[in-house]
Amino acid sequence: MTTPLWRSREPKSSYDVIVVGAGGHGLATAYYLAREHGITDVAVLERGWLAGGNMARNTTIIRSNYLWGASAGIYEHALRLWEGLEEDLGQSVLFSQRGVLNLAHTTHDERESVRRVNANRLNGIDAEWLTPEEVKKLVPIIDISPELRYPVLGATFQPRAGVAKHDYVAWALASGADRLGVHLVENCEVTGFTRNGDTITGVETTRGPISAGRVALSAAGHTSVLTETLGLRLPVQSHPLQALVSEVMEPVIDTVVMSNTVHVYVHQADKGELVLGAGIDAYNGYSQRGSPATIENQVAAAVALYPVFGHAHTLRTWGGVVDVSPDASPIIGLTPFNGLYLNCGWGTGGFKATPGAGHVFADTIANDRPHPLAEPYSLDRFRTGALVDEHGAAAVAH
Amino acid sequence: MLLIPCPWCGERDESEFCYGGQARVSYPPDPWELDDAEWAEFLFVRDNPKGWFAERWVHTSGCRRWCDVLRDTATNRVAGSSRPGGALPEVAV
Repeated sequence: MTTPLWRSREPKSSYDVIVVGAGGHGLATAYYLAREHGITDVAVLERGWLAGGNMARNTTIIRSNYLWGASAGIYEHALRLWEGLEEDLGQSVLFSQRGVLNLAHTTHDERESVRRVNANRLNGIDAEWLTPEEVKKLVPIIDISPELRYPVLGATFQPRAGVAKHDYVAWALASGADRLGVHLVENCEVTGFTRNGDTITGVETTRGPISAGRVALSAAGHTSVLTETLGLRLPVQSHPLQALVSEVMEPVIDTVVMSNTVHVYVHQADKGELVLGAGIDAYNGYSQRGSPATIENQVAAAVALYPVFGHAHTLRTWGGVVDVSPDASPIIGLTPFNGLYLNCGWGTGGFKATPGAGHVFADTIANDRPHPLAEPYSLDRFRTGALVDEHGAAAVAH
Repeated sequence: MLLIPCPWCGERDESEFCYGGQARVSYPPDPWELDDAEWAEFLFVRDNPKGWFAERWVHTSGCRRWCDVLRDTATNRVAGSSRPGGALPEVAV
């Protein structure tokens, strides 16, 4: 019999820290709480099964080529942790730095992209501007002919970017956390909080109340559903985000290519499936499914750019529930309630940040103050107006 | 694909519409009265229920008029629609 990587526990009646949500961020948070801060009396409560939400549904892309300094800070912190993660956890996560290209299709795209390359370099992040011919060299299947409705005018390239296997990441983090004494509790949905005035003292769950010194939310699209029970309204909206894979193909693309203007991103999984994603469905939704028209648009864009994809069949599509903030940047930090911490608003971009978000969030919880990299991401920024507006500035909209 | 009941045109495919988010959010009656926190609430915070939600859709490829639709965000079931600000069906919450 093989040894399981981690154990699914029965909940105790009390913990020092409860992390709500056993997705990538929740697991990473628990792992770093135990490893970096020696806080091991921790439970990660998951309403379904471990890593069965967005962690099982994303397109696994990792990059740090954001425009603003605050974004460069947290996403590059994450990328550096990714670079050491397999060694740190002693498990393979199939981290593959195969590079990410972000295509430019219009004059505006081109100017914005070159600006972003310059900003990335000033922030110490690897970035290059590639001509269409250089793009073609890296991605031989791409159509760079000027006749395209949205021709390829060039691309930004981050060589250190890439992908990792999302399931392996979750299992490795779960294993690491479990070994350090963290309790991973499945089928235990948090339905509300217990409190003493403005201090959170624990959570109500489908398996009874559990008390806690601190409660940390990593519940992605359901975060505002939880805070609503406290009357705490968050500036996030939950949307379906869809992705799809093709049937298994022989290797045709060995990097990650994203496009904002025609909005599709693609890479090829190790097994051979093409993995495609795009933007959110416009309406609010918690159903983990979106509309076929969204899939149709991204497939049309992909086939225009990569004519060879016209031969491929879609194998399956799926959706997750992502919480999108007004400035397309996350919310990390303290709340108006003592002992309640937020890590949400990652929208469509959470996977890439997994170790960085967990690392910074654990430090924030352990010290009851925002980690320096989390300071720009306070809930209060919507009041002060100091937004981290990555909507237009991110390499793709999200 | 959602089927949106336009009050003027009847049920049409979602692809004929654009989304407008939460319905019935009024501009502050006296903007000068608002402090920064209240402005943040008006600008950035909307209801985000898992369940019934009164939302706006505009029939871009049809009559080009706005309407309010009551939809369950968990199941995508649509209870009905109205002209902006009109009566929406009663639903058990």
